[in-house]
Amino acid sequence: MSKAGTHTGAQLIWECLTREGVTTVFGYPGGAILPTYDAMVDFSIRHVLVRHEQSAVHMADGYARASGRVGVVVATSGPGATNLVTGLATAMMDSTPLVAITGQVGSGVLGTDAFQEVDITGITLPVTKHNYLVTRAADIVPALREAFAVAKSGRSGPVLVDITKDAQQGRADLDWEAAEPIRHLRHLPPPLDPEALARALELIRHAKRPIILAGHGIQMSGARAEVLTLAERADIPFALTLLGLGAVPATHPLSLGMMGMHGEAWVNKAIQEADLLLAFGMRFDDRVTGKLKEYAPHAKKIHIDIDASELGKNVPVDVAIAGDLLTVLRALLPDVPVADRSKWLKQIRGWRGDSAVRDIKNLPDDGHLYAAHVMHDLWRLTGGNAVVVTDVGQHQMWEAQYYHHDAERSLITSGGAGTMGFALPAAIGAKLARPEAEVWVVAGDGGFQMTFAELMTAVQEGVKVNIAIINNGFLGMVRQWQALFYEGRYAATPILSPDFVKLAGAFGIHGQRVDTRADLAEAVAAARAAEGTALIEFRVEQEDSVYPMVPAGAALHEMIRRPATHAGASAIAETGSDPV
Amino acid sequence: MPHVLVVYTDDEPGVLTRVASLFRRRGFNIHSLTVGPTERPHQSRMTIVVDAEEATVRLAVEHLRKQVSVLEVQQLGDRPKVVRDLALIRVAAGLDVRSEVLQLAQVFRANVVDIAGDSLAIECTGGPDKIDALVDALRPFGILELGRTGAVAMARGSRASPQPRLTAAPQPASNQAMSV
Repeated sequence: MSKAGTHTGAQLIWECLTREGVTTVFGYPGGAILPTYDAMVDFSIRHVLVRHEQSAVHMADGYARASGRVGVVVATSGPGATNLVTGLATAMMDSTPLVAITGQVGSGVLGTDAFQEVDITGITLPVTKHNYLVTRAADIVPALREAFAVAKSGRSGPVLVDITKDAQQGRADLDWEAAEPIRHLRHLPPPLDPEALARALELIRHAKRPIILAGHGIQMSGARAEVLTLAERADIPFALTLLGLGAVPATHPLSLGMMGMHGEAWVNKAIQEADLLLAFGMRFDDRVTGKLKEYAPHAKKIHIDIDASELGKNVPVDVAIAGDLLTVLRALLPDVPVADRSKWLKQIRGWRGDSAVRDIKNLPDDGHLYAAHVMHDLWRLTGGNAVVVTDVGQHQMWEAQYYHHDAERSLITSGGAGTMGFALPAAIGAKLARPEAEVWVVAGDGGFQMTFAELMTAVQEGVKVNIAIINNGFLGMVRQWQALFYEGRYAATPILSPDFVKLAGAFGIHGQRVDTRADLAEAVAAARAAEGTALIEFRVEQEDSVYPMVPAGAALHEMIRRPATHAGASAIAETGSDPV
Repeated sequence: MPHVLVVYTDDEPGVLTRVASLFRRRGFNIHSLTVGPTERPHQSRMTIVVDAEEATVRLAVEHLRKQVSVLEVQQLGDRPKVVRDLALIRVAAGLDVRSEVLQLAQVFRANVVDIAGDSLAIECTGGPDKIDALVDALRPFGILELGRTGAVAMARGSRASPQPRLTAAPQPASNQAMSV
C-alpha cells in the first residue's frame, strides 16, 4: 500500500462526489466499503440509510427523476452489490442517470471466492451503461469523474464503480484536472443532417392527420417548450407514452392522453388512422405499438431520439434523426409552417365521443370503491400538483389514466422494467430531491409488501410522503390476465396483507383505512395534514380490471373494452362500452 | 449474409466481454471474432464477422458505438477489402498418400509446419473461401484436427490519388465508416 499521496482512496471518493455536486447518497454499509464509510463523516454529504440495497437504487432513481440530477448509491461487496441489480436494471430501462459505488474485496484476493466477493462488474454488465473495477487509489478520481460524465451524457443511464478495499485504503494525490473525462465524448450524436430535416419538414407540411408521440426524452432533453410550440403552430395533437406523462401538459387542448396497451381507445384509433407520426424521445416499446405489422399502417414516421440504436429497431421509419430532441426541434421550428388541422382534431373528438362523461370515475358511489375513483379524487384534491410515484400493476395504469399530469417530473414510475416495490423507495428519493413538493406513493397491496420496510427509512430520515395503497386482495394485473387469457384460473394471485393501519402504527406513522368514496376526501386531507409520512389503505373492488386494453401481441385498434354487462349490476355495468 | 465489422477499442480488461456480451444479448450471430493489438498504442482492433441482415448489422454497429470503450466502428460492407483467415490443419497422411497431400498443399500455397509419423500439419493463410476449399480438398484423407483464427479484415486503400499527401496519413476510414 502506497504511503505517498495527499488523500486516502476513501477520501478521494467523497472529495469527488462533493465536487460533482452530490449532496445526498443512498446506501448501506458493510465490510468491503467500511473505509469509505469511515471517511464519510468528514464530508457534508447526507447519507440515507436504507433497509435493503435494492431500495437504495430506487431511492437514487426517484431522486434523479424528480430533480434531473445524478442519483448516487453506495453499497458493500457480495450480497450488498447483487441487491443493486434489479434497481440498476430499472434505471437502465428508463434511462435514469445513476452512479453506484460498491466496495470490493482486496485486490490481492480478487478471483479467489473470498468472503463477500462477487464479480459485480460481470453481473451488472448488461444493466449498466458502463462499469469499472478500480484496484488502485490513483484510479478512483478518473473512474468516478468518467462515471458521472457517462451517466449524464447522451441517453443517460446507470454506471457502477466497484472499488477494492485496498484502493479505498491506499493513498493518492487529488489531481482533478488530470482526471477530466473525455471518452464519453466519443459517441456524441453526429451533426444534424440538413437533408433529413428537410424531409421531416416536407412530411409535416403535407400531413393531414399527424400525431406527435410524446416520450420520456422530452423531459430528459428539456424540450417541453419546443414541443408545445411545434404542436400549437402546426396544430398537431399529441399522445403520450407512460413515461412521457407530464412531459407536456395533460390538460392542454391538443393533449390526447396516454397511448398503447391501456391508452384510451380513441387515442389508439387516432394513431391507427394517422398519416404522420412524429415520435419525439420515445422508443416504440411493445406496450406502445401492439402488433408491429399492423401498427399505424397509413402513417409516415419521423423518429427523433438521442440513441441511434433505437432508430429503426422496432418500427421502420421514413425519417430517422439521431440527436438531442431540443437541438433537433430548434433546428426544425423556424421552418414549421402555421397550419389549421381542425378537421382532423374534430374527427378525433368524434371518436372520443362521450366516453369521458360516461367514465367510471364520474359515477356515483354505489357502495363499491373503485381505484378509478381514488385516482380521480386524488387528482382533484391535490389540485393535480403532486409528484406521484407509482408501483407496477393495475393501480399504475389507473393512475396514468385518471391523474392528469401537467407538470414535468410529476409522475415517477418504473416503465420499461416494470419493477414492483419501486414506488415507496423512489418516492422517498423524490421527496429528498424536492422537499417542497407534495409526494404521493400509489402502490398496490402486492408491490407495497415488497419494500415497505423503507417506511422506517422515511421515519428515520424525517421524510414525509403520503401513501395510497390500492388494496384489492389480488396481484391485480396478473389476475386480470388470468381472467382474460387463462380462463379465470387465479394461480397464486390472491394475496393477503397485514393490517395496514396497525402496520403504520408499528412504524409510528399516521394510518387510515377507507372503504367508501364518501370517506375519501377526509382521509386524504388528514394524510396531507399529518406531520410525517402517512398511509391510507383504500379497500377497492376486488376483481376490477383496467380497460380498455390491447392484449399483448394484438393490433392497437383491437382493444378489449369494459364489458357492457356485469353480474351484480355494479358501476361496471353502468359504464357500458367505450363508444369508439 | 456475412458482414465484416472492424472495431477499435481501448486495450483494457473486459472489453472483449462487453462486445461479446452485446452480441449475445441482442441476439446477433457472430460468425467469427478476432482481436489483437494495433498500430496505435493502448488500442485493440477486432474484426467481427456477423451473419445477419443489413438492418440488424446497422443496429449492432449503433450498439457498439454506445460502448464507452469503443473508439470507432467500421462496417466494411461492399467496399473492396482484404479478408484473411489462418488455419492449422492436421491431416492423416501415411507414406502412401503423403506426396499427394504435399502437392495439394503446394497448390494452395500452404506450408507444412509439422511432420509426424502418420500425419502432417498444414498452415494456410487466405480468404475464407480459399481455406474452405483446402479443407474440402483434404477431407478425403482424413482431417484429424482443424483450428482457424477467424477473419482479420482491412479495407483496401484508394488507388485514385497518386499525388503525394501533404497531410498526415488518414484516419483508418473513419469517414467512410459513417456510411452504414
